[in-house]
Amino acid sequence: MAEIQLRDLWKYYDDVAAVRGINLDIEHNEFIALVGPSGCGKTTTLRMIAGLEDITAGDISVGDRIVNEVAPKDRDIAMVFQNYALYPHMSVFQNMSFGLKLRKTAKEEIERRVNLAAEILNIEELLERRPKQLSGGQRQRVAMGRAIVRDPQVFLFDEPLSNLDAKLRVQMRTEIKKIHQRVKTTVVYVTHDQVEAMTLADRIVVMNEGVIEQVGSPEEMYDAPETLFVAAFIGSPSMNFIPCRVEANNGGLSVRLSDDLTFPVPGDRNDRYGSCVGKEMLFGIRPEHITDKRPHTDPTHHDFTSDVIVLEPMGIDTMVFINIGETEITTRSRPRAVSQVGETMDFTIDMAHMHLIDPETEKVL
Amino acid sequence: MVSVPNVDRAAVAPPPGPFRSRMKKRLGPDIDGYGFLLPATIVMVSLVVYPFCLAVWFSVSDAFVGEPASYVGLENFIYILTEDDIFIETIWNTLLFAFWSVLFKVVLGLSCALLLQRILKLRRFFRGSVLLPFVAPTALSTLGWWLILDPTYSHINWILANVWPFSYFGWGPYNFLGNPTLAMASVIFVNIWRGIPFFIITILAGLMAIPDHLYDAAEIDGASTWRKFYSITLPLLRPVLAIIILFSTIFTLGEFNIIYVLTRGGPMNSTHLFSTYSFTYGILNHEIALGAAVALFLFPILVVIVVFLLRMVRRDTSHEL
Ligand SMILES: Nc1ncnc2c1ncn2[C@@H]1O[C@H](COP(=O)(O)OP(=O)(O)OP(=O)(O)O)[C@@H](O)[C@H]1O
Ligand SMILES: [Mg+2]
Repeated sequence: MAEIQLRDLWKYYDDVAAVRGINLDIEHNEFIALVGPSGCGKTTTLRMIAGLEDITAGDISVGDRIVNEVAPKDRDIAMVFQNYALYPHMSVFQNMSFGLKLRKTAKEEIERRVNLAAEILNIEELLERRPKQLSGGQRQRVAMGRAIVRDPQVFLFDEPLSNLDAKLRVQMRTEIKKIHQRVKTTVVYVTHDQVEAMTLADRIVVMNEGVIEQVGSPEEMYDAPETLFVAAFIGSPSMNFIPCRVEANNGGLSVRLSDDLTFPVPGDRNDRYGSCVGKEMLFGIRPEHITDKRPHTDPTHHDFTSDVIVLEPMGIDTMVFINIGETEITTRSRPRAVSQVGETMDFTIDMAHMHLIDPETEKVL
Repeated sequence: MVSVPNVDRAAVAPPPGPFRSRMKKRLGPDIDGYGFLLPATIVMVSLVVYPFCLAVWFSVSDAFVGEPASYVGLENFIYILTEDDIFIETIWNTLLFAFWSVLFKVVLGLSCALLLQRILKLRRFFRGSVLLPFVAPTALSTLGWWLILDPTYSHINWILANVWPFSYFGWGPYNFLGNPTLAMASVIFVNIWRGIPFFIITILAGLMAIPDHLYDAAEIDGASTWRKFYSITLPLLRPVLAIIILFSTIFTLGEFNIIYVLTRGGPMNSTHLFSTYSFTYGILNHEIALGAAVALFLFPILVVIVVFLLRMVRRDTSHEL
């Protein structure tokens, strides 16, 4: 069993706090994605779990033992580095077997495991090559192979796909998912690409400036962000935020987005937002919840009209940029229903997916 | 090999005359390149090739200062090999001197470089100060060592006699430059002292070029400190090591200054190297022919060493860091 627990974990580099008191429980065989902007402490957290970095304060436990003082090699973890860190002077086979050799594994067993991993990763014919003779994607596979052969309790990945081109990245993403389904282990996967996180992870951890903003399943992160940061970070293109005022009208609430645009809040949220009446808030809505006008019966759907500013065709959908008040926002429509730039267009907004954010606390209400 | 792309010059240059086109056929399209080589070639020919050929001629002649020389074949070589015991001793001295010097320079240089890499405080100070033996003129610093090792004024002997805990053991005084074994040890020691900065600096540069993440990966793979050194540092340093061993071996085999200042080949010729012995023959005794023969003896030895080490460098440096 390999649960990982981080308890009030701190890391200072001299007087820079890279990680500030994070708490996290990772379950056995769970795939956790650690996302966040550059410099938020993802790598530092991962390296502390690996044992490559000293802990300033707090505890890390793997299984049921605290490993703060345990050397990396005794933590039963394997790590895949961003730049792969393959040994340049060793063949692929030697690269993959180095860790086993150091653990005095029998020769036949080493060969069996390397061949099995090579088969899983489809790199059987590369075993005699040097890293230099491999393409980026092949190196990436070898780096994963080096981790797989060890059969560790925990896999750590530090942005393993960020050095690959876009197409290969998508392909390897699927491979990683397949491999995890085949080789069940606990995985902590660092990435700054939220699409990667959404597609791969059982649960996502969003970090920002050394603290955890929110932990949850991809769906939770997407549908119910708890902070402005998470709401803005998860989703691509990202959520629109429009300054608004909450108003009371005949028994219900509504949000005023501009002088001539107000929408009623879904009735089941009246209690939630009741205390905000009269306050300046941030209204959040994802692009796909403002579409070209469609017939609807749902009471949460409302129509409005706006001028089209810019069009960005994406193939299956077209992103339509419009102004609401002073704010430029992104909406998402079927290509055939889109007007020309400069013309007006009818839209439907689905208020069931709105978010209301307190600009002072940056919390989603 | 770097190859300069062949720019199509036909559009700008006038059509080549008959002489130019004939040369082009023979020398390849970049005739101008040979022109650029000329200054370097002149310097090399006058300072290296000419003296070398002259030495070869002397070694097969009976040249003596102030007398016309005539060809005598391999007589000089036969003489020094069969009748000159000092020369045979010189061969052994040179090999011994070079072997121990280079060996210690590698081991100590590598150790110091590893230490220096880890030192965090006063890093620049230490890195700068290891260069001192290197930047001081050899003849001058060796004079300092001569004083330190001198039988009468030796600092070492004084320390051994007067400073606790050395005084407790009652060691010394030693006649460092007067005893054949101690004299050889002394010149080797000074040579190591003098040559080690070059090793430290070069190896340090080599160490810095090894990316940290390889050590992280090895750490996760379960490598001990020793194993990391053995399986990562050493193999990745090998090209650097081979090159400096090559250079150092060449220079150590031809060492002159240190021997000449400290012992002049003595006591009883026990520290003569090819260079000092050749100097004794050719300049001090005026037997230019024999001096040249002694000096040339180094040549085949060097060729063997260079070929061997270059092989080692070429093999297996195809990896990138
Ligand atoms: N060795 C170090 N010495 C000093 N500061 C460091 C060191 N490593 C990281 N930091 C600092 O700690 C903070 C977190 O760094 P970390 O590498 O964990 O970020 P990250 O989330 O992995 O970012 P990225 O997505 O760019 O890789 C940064 O502010 C960084 O400048
Ligand atoms: Mg990072």
